Amino acid sequence: MIRHDYSRVDPKRRANIDHKKRQFANPEFKQQNYEHRLNYYILPPTAEITLEEFETWAINRLKVLSELEACSFRNRTPEETAEYMTSILNKYMPLRSNSSRSQSLQEERKKDHYSHFILRLAFSATEDLRRRFSRLETMLFRLRFKDDDLRERKEFISNLNLEWEEVGESEKREFATELAAASGIKKGDEQEWFKVDWERVPELVEQRKVLLKRGKAYVPQREQMSLVVAEFTKRLDEALELTARALPRLDEDDRLAPILAHLSQSFTSPDAAYSSSDASIDGLSAPTANSIDTLSKHFPLCMQNLHMTLRANSHLKHFGRLQYTLFLKGIGLSLDECINFWRRSFKLMTDEKFQKEYKYNIRHAYGDVGGDANRRGRGYTPYSCQKLLTEPLPGTGQSHGCPYRTFTQDNLVALLQRTGINDRDLLKTVREDVSKQRYHVACNRVFEHAHKREIKKVKDDGSWSATDLDTILHPNTYFKRSWLLKHLGEGNAGMANGGDKMEE
Amino acid sequence: MPHSVSPEPTPHEDSPMPQADAVPIKTEPDTQTPDIDMSDAPIPTNAESTKVNLDDLFDDDSDPEFGSSIPQVKSEEPSQRSPSPIKISSKSSFSDPEIMRTFYQRLFPFRYLFQWLNHSLVPANDFAHREFAFTLPNDAYLRYQSFATADLLRKQCIQLLPSRFEIGPVYSANPRDRKSLRKASAFRPLTKELVFDIDMTDYDDIRTCCTGASICHRCWAFITMAIKVVDVALREDFGFKHIMWVYSGRRGAHAWVCDKRARDMDDSKRRAVAGYLELLKGGDQSGKKVNVRRPLHPHLDRSLNILKDHFQTTILAEQDPWAEEKAAHLLQLLPDHTLRAALQKKWDSSPSRPSPAKWADIDALAKSGSISKSAKDLLEAKQDIVLEYTYPRLDSEVSKKLNHLLKSPFVVHPGTGRVCVPIDPRKVEEFDPLSVPTVTQLLTEIDEFEWDDSDKKIADWEKTSLKPFVEFFRGFVAGLLKDEKSGVKREREESGEAMEF
Repeated sequence: MIRHDYSRVDPKRRANIDHKKRQFANPEFKQQNYEHRLNYYILPPTAEITLEEFETWAINRLKVLSELEACSFRNRTPEETAEYMTSILNKYMPLRSNSSRSQSLQEERKKDHYSHFILRLAFSATEDLRRRFSRLETMLFRLRFKDDDLRERKEFISNLNLEWEEVGESEKREFATELAAASGIKKGDEQEWFKVDWERVPELVEQRKVLLKRGKAYVPQREQMSLVVAEFTKRLDEALELTARALPRLDEDDRLAPILAHLSQSFTSPDAAYSSSDASIDGLSAPTANSIDTLSKHFPLCMQNLHMTLRANSHLKHFGRLQYTLFLKGIGLSLDECINFWRRSFKLMTDEKFQKEYKYNIRHAYGDVGGDANRRGRGYTPYSCQKLLTEPLPGTGQSHGCPYRTFTQDNLVALLQRTGINDRDLLKTVREDVSKQRYHVACNRVFEHAHKREIKKVKDDGSWSATDLDTILHPNTYFKRSWLLKHLGEGNAGMANGGDKMEE
Repeated sequence: MPHSVSPEPTPHEDSPMPQADAVPIKTEPDTQTPDIDMSDAPIPTNAESTKVNLDDLFDDDSDPEFGSSIPQVKSEEPSQRSPSPIKISSKSSFSDPEIMRTFYQRLFPFRYLFQWLNHSLVPANDFAHREFAFTLPNDAYLRYQSFATADLLRKQCIQLLPSRFEIGPVYSANPRDRKSLRKASAFRPLTKELVFDIDMTDYDDIRTCCTGASICHRCWAFITMAIKVVDVALREDFGFKHIMWVYSGRRGAHAWVCDKRARDMDDSKRRAVAGYLELLKGGDQSGKKVNVRRPLHPHLDRSLNILKDHFQTTILAEQDPWAEEKAAHLLQLLPDHTLRAALQKKWDSSPSRPSPAKWADIDALAKSGSISKSAKDLLEAKQDIVLEYTYPRLDSEVSKKLNHLLKSPFVVHPGTGRVCVPIDPRKVEEFDPLSVPTVTQLLTEIDEFEWDDSDKKIADWEKTSLKPFVEFFRGFVAGLLKDEKSGVKREREESGEAMEF
């Protein structure tokens, strides 16, 4: 039996260009027609644009993406983010629905399409950039997907040809209770369900939002977004990988390369918020293992909590140790002193056990041992608030993370009282902040309360500028500012930033 | 971030490190802290010290896979035929070199281990590119070992006498060649079984019978419950079939999910499974650890049904978790102020009431009217409490990463001397960790074995109490191989179809 090979193009229809001549043939550029507001960015653009458009479009999209990232750093809820982003999107990258009947519909979509692909070029070079780009593009896609016109969204989805099996009536009846329980939908509500391999909706599985049966996930229509978004991310990741591989072979003169390089540089990593200049604080002589107890009153709550737990139990678990070690490294504690500090703190432990099980990890955090990359990078950077607020919650027996987030309100208040915060009104507002998940706001509030007098003073005599008193987003900034404020008039006023910029 | 650090090259190339300097890591079994895990922080190894002499490795008069002491009439070298029995005194430690050597020579089921990891009888990359990590008798930790066949692994074990060894992922290239590859990115982990680790230390705040490293039958019940709940979820919800549970040698259990679908999962999917199974959240200060929405997800509902009975027996009766002032925690978990106050009053007057009575008091007082919230709220709070005290506490970091190493089945736990034997999930209730054979006991059993007259040759493990466990493992591996084979056949058929035209 002769089978027809579908992947082959009908010879009559094939472009008849000798492969040797093909590179000289005129490429056929085509103006794309954008039917939908949303775009999976599968086909790259092929029409011509000016160099100026190339740059401004890219910069505009970059602006949108960095604002999105800022939202996630500030822990804004999805609703808050959507509200905040509306004006920004309208300004830089308006994208209207078909129903708006706007004249510039195609123009807007073209800009969206092109700018996406330009940034794809700029951000495919390293793994780090790729991951960030894909994360932010996913956020943007999700945002737009949510506020898309219902009917148009449906058309867009049906256009995607995702292979979803619909759940039949009999099956729906059979699992009615379970389906309702899994998705939190009231039983009476009529719902359509899809059945897919669970691997395609890992997000929903992780949050236990779908019913699982023998490897199949039953996804309610409502959660379709998750599927569409996951598919978007998956395709984008794959495409970025391919772009990265093609990048070195980019046949390019020197017009685009500098723009691309510039674009990716201005997308600096937020983890750089800590700079080594933080370690040198004017007037603070190098801390030693002995001075940590005294200094600990300047520590932010997350670190004070670790310190107190350590003193109480003479032990800390892995992630707590790591978080605290990096913080101590950040305030300028040397490796030797740090090892010394831990050795003395683990009072109940034999020397042998300490040497065997703990010393290596401390040295690794300082970049004293480990692979080449670790040592060249001098170990890990101290954790930022962002990092502490987004990592998984601590398990039983663990005490790392941000107490504003991990403690119940009652325990949090008790902890604050132990550190000497007794102001009733303050504790009440802290409770409110925490219940709205504004953890860093609560932390900054406590800081401002504890340093009320000093802050007023530096403000009054104008020795500190407003940026010196900007919101604290890093435990090490907290320490540095606290220490400087409490040691005013010792020849270091106005040195909060010590020459180097410390944030972003 | 430590957990995203990919296994790094061992430092010995960057800085020549004399082998005496190699930092030994965790030996003492008592000191096993669950929060140290092998895969994140690269651990210095003294790989140089163990460069195996090739001649040794390919020493041709190879020992038979399983030593046997059957009298061989034709044998010309009587000394080789049966390794001379070693003296086992009460003094000998479990990781004594002689004991370990005999164990690896005569008892360890290398052949089935090979088949298990290789997924076929013919040596393939699934085994050859698999990372093994040895903990040597001097406590050095030797990573990135790999072996082409079961025999080579066995040789290396007999030569190095590791106190235990761990199994990592299959890499895209041979782990031993990782430094000679042109690009570092050519060396990355591809597949590994989905693994779970349940350790009793995570239960320390609710178990009252023992603490730390020790266990008894009462606290083993926690592990039994955990296995039941996780096993059924993996099978029914995720559709996995080949799940092997292994006793970790002291106070915990590991699961190896070996289905191809599970092995191929990337980190995000592993995280999804771990998240699906994880329930208890929050550190010691976060108060109530179970906060689930209603109606309960079918998985939780099923788990609750399994755990309910255990809660009555294991928790209330045996553990007595709310004795004396510990009842404060129970009160903290109840949402109802009125009820809490009433209970507080009652228990203050008789602090020695046993936990089952206290648990019953909740309903009794609620019925008598000391309640401000609805009965439904109370029921839900009670369900949450049951879950907090019984729901499996997984060390989820282990499951989330493709490149995490986990101790191999059938190795000897250096502290207890017990062999890490598989647990039959269908008979999980019958499993008794305290009767798992120790290595010394097994060696004695070989010596005491009585021959019957049949001249059938039998392997050494068949003479010991390890027999049922090895047989179970063999059956498990056979089932896996069968599925694997039909899977391969199907793939071949599919690709064959496309090629034919």
